[in-house]
Amino acid sequence: MHLDLDHDNYPERYAYGSLPLASPGGPPATRPDGTRRALRVGLGGPVGSGKTATVAALCRALRDRLSIAVVTNDIYTREDAEYLLRNAVLPPERISAVETGACPHTAIRDDISANLEAVEDLEETVGPLDLILVESGGDNLTATFSKGLVDAQIFVIDVAGGDDIPRKGGPGVTTADLLVINKTDLAPYVGSDLERMARDAKAQRGDLPVAFTSLVAEGGVTPVSDWIHERLTAWTAVPA
Amino acid sequence: MPRWRPRPGHEQAAPRASRAALLVLADGRFPAGGHAHSGGAEAAVKAGRITGPGTLEAFCRGRLHTSGLVAAALAAAATAGLDPLLLDEAADARTPSPSLRTTARKLGRQLTRAARAAWPSPELDALAAARPQGAHQPVVLGLTVRAAGLTPLDAAHAAAYESVTGPATAAVRLLSLDPFAVTAVLARLTPDLDEVAAQAAEAAHRALDEGMDVLPAASAPLLDIYAEQHATWPVRLFAS
Amino acid sequence: MTGVHATARLTAAPDGRGGTALPLLTGDGPLALRRTRSAGPEAHVTVVGAMSAPLGGDRLAIEAVVEPGAALRIGTAAATVSLPGRTGEQARYDVRLTVGEDAVLHWLPEPLIAAEGSDLRMTTTVELAPGARLVLREEQILGRSGEHPGRLTTRLTVRLSGRPLLDQELSFGPNAPGWAGPAVLHGHRAAGQLLVVDPEYADKPIEPRVLSSDQAEGEAVLTPLAGPAALITAVAPDGLRLRRLLSASVAP
Repeated sequence: MHLDLDHDNYPERYAYGSLPLASPGGPPATRPDGTRRALRVGLGGPVGSGKTATVAALCRALRDRLSIAVVTNDIYTREDAEYLLRNAVLPPERISAVETGACPHTAIRDDISANLEAVEDLEETVGPLDLILVESGGDNLTATFSKGLVDAQIFVIDVAGGDDIPRKGGPGVTTADLLVINKTDLAPYVGSDLERMARDAKAQRGDLPVAFTSLVAEGGVTPVSDWIHERLTAWTAVPA
Repeated sequence: MPRWRPRPGHEQAAPRASRAALLVLADGRFPAGGHAHSGGAEAAVKAGRITGPGTLEAFCRGRLHTSGLVAAALAAAATAGLDPLLLDEAADARTPSPSLRTTARKLGRQLTRAARAAWPSPELDALAAARPQGAHQPVVLGLTVRAAGLTPLDAAHAAAYESVTGPATAAVRLLSLDPFAVTAVLARLTPDLDEVAAQAAEAAHRALDEGMDVLPAASAPLLDIYAEQHATWPVRLFAS
Repeated sequence: MTGVHATARLTAAPDGRGGTALPLLTGDGPLALRRTRSAGPEAHVTVVGAMSAPLGGDRLAIEAVVEPGAALRIGTAAATVSLPGRTGEQARYDVRLTVGEDAVLHWLPEPLIAAEGSDLRMTTTVELAPGARLVLREEQILGRSGEHPGRLTTRLTVRLSGRPLLDQELSFGPNAPGWAGPAVLHGHRAAGQLLVVDPEYADKPIEPRVLSSDQAEGEAVLTPLAGPAALITAVAPDGLRLRRLLSASVAP
């Protein structure tokens, strides 16, 4: 245990683009056979902010270049997984649903065992994979992913949920590696001030990046897929 | 495969043996996946058979003296040093519901992950290698207790306790029951818990000499029926 | 005073002409065995209760061996009623069935009724050789009409090639905590199972199926076991409805 002390004292967050082998306290960066495992990215955020739509758009944007799989965490059984299946963004064997017993944040933060099984099963059955997206069940502003489960996390909010959410903060908004503010096309209709949201997010997050998206437009997910590409480059640049 | 020879668990206590290890293991926050499972309570609630603290207590008492007793005995037997693979087979024969067999193995695999982090042991490694998809959870629990240097009776207590806390916690979430009333239900069950644990540990010790057949096989037809009904639901809060 | 001790024994073996002979067929005490008429390769035996049994303190047993290649069907002439004895002692009823390679056994007794005040422990132990086939039905009725149930514990242990295939124990009545509650029977007065073991299930395991979720008509599921076998588990308000649930098709 004493050997880990220095490790535990690492700065909590790494600057964007300088990802180390794996987060402190995180899972090992290699598969049992010693090769580098897939990058695991968590997507969290409140109900209805567009997490599943973002996952679907990311799969469409990245699936030709990357080997991808998705783990969904649903409150009610497999709905999100079934949405992804219906929309055929990935073959069914690349989508796995974790049931969370009415506690979606528990499954991604306090007891990640079911999600780890799902992630490892995907690597084993359809692998080798480049990227695994882990989508949380719709939850509140306090839900974040354990470092034992994911290497980076995206928090998705939307302009229709109120333009004061970035100001209110909470662990998701302040500490996620990427904050996505979705449904910008709706801003004029719901009276949300995007400038203010950007300012508030900057105040809460410092240098951590923020992406504004509108998934109704062609290529609307590009800011997020670009960010994932950069993370992946950093992930694979360091020897396993 | 290693050869297993029956040895009383307490003689083999590891140097770091600590009674408090039992508290760590039996804590509802121990990250082994239990939070997503209702132990049949979700189906019993839907059937209108658990409606409040009184019916919850009757449900828990029935579960404790049937599948709880069997789990406690299997766990105690694994701690006492009976061959875990034969115990795994005995667990299969005592679990006619395929949904419950799947659940038991899933939870066994999740517990293995937590157990190997908390109390690393060659016996847990060997079982994980022999049953990569998971051994029955009580068998893993018994080996975990053994690795932590505790006794078969401790294993029986932990398994018996789990058999009632799962449904109790689930009922709180499903019916919004008063958590104090539910805690009082658990408190009223403690004499039964002691009795079941003692019975299970005694059977485990007898099994060392007389073989696996003396381990209890108490079954509850409705629990088997609930498990298969629940598995067919398209919408549910709990995984089982 | 102890009760009656009796063991009935029978052995079925191929008769060399495509049928099944019964080289051993010995009743004992309250358990009389009758060969009944049958067509085809299968021998039929009926257990006839020559007196009321089991009573508290009785030790009854049936031992049946089906030798390799033989086919045997065993039934009972009427329901078995477990009754209180004079001493309040527990009664025992042990059934031991051995089925050889490529042999077939149908064990289809009428229900066991646990009358008020009775106390019975029944065990059914089945040893199946590789390739053996078995159809086994068990029905327990808790109390005669309008009375409270007696104490009843039944254990069914089935081994295939020496490995455990099914091990189930049901305990009902006074001193079986929680038996009437929502985890075990919830007011149903009849419980039963139908087990079919057939090597064909090894290649085509049966799909699990909910046969009934109707609380008034009884509830039942059909499940594949961890070996080549299918099981119906059923609970019902009475014996008639229970039998209906256990009559679903489970053919491999």
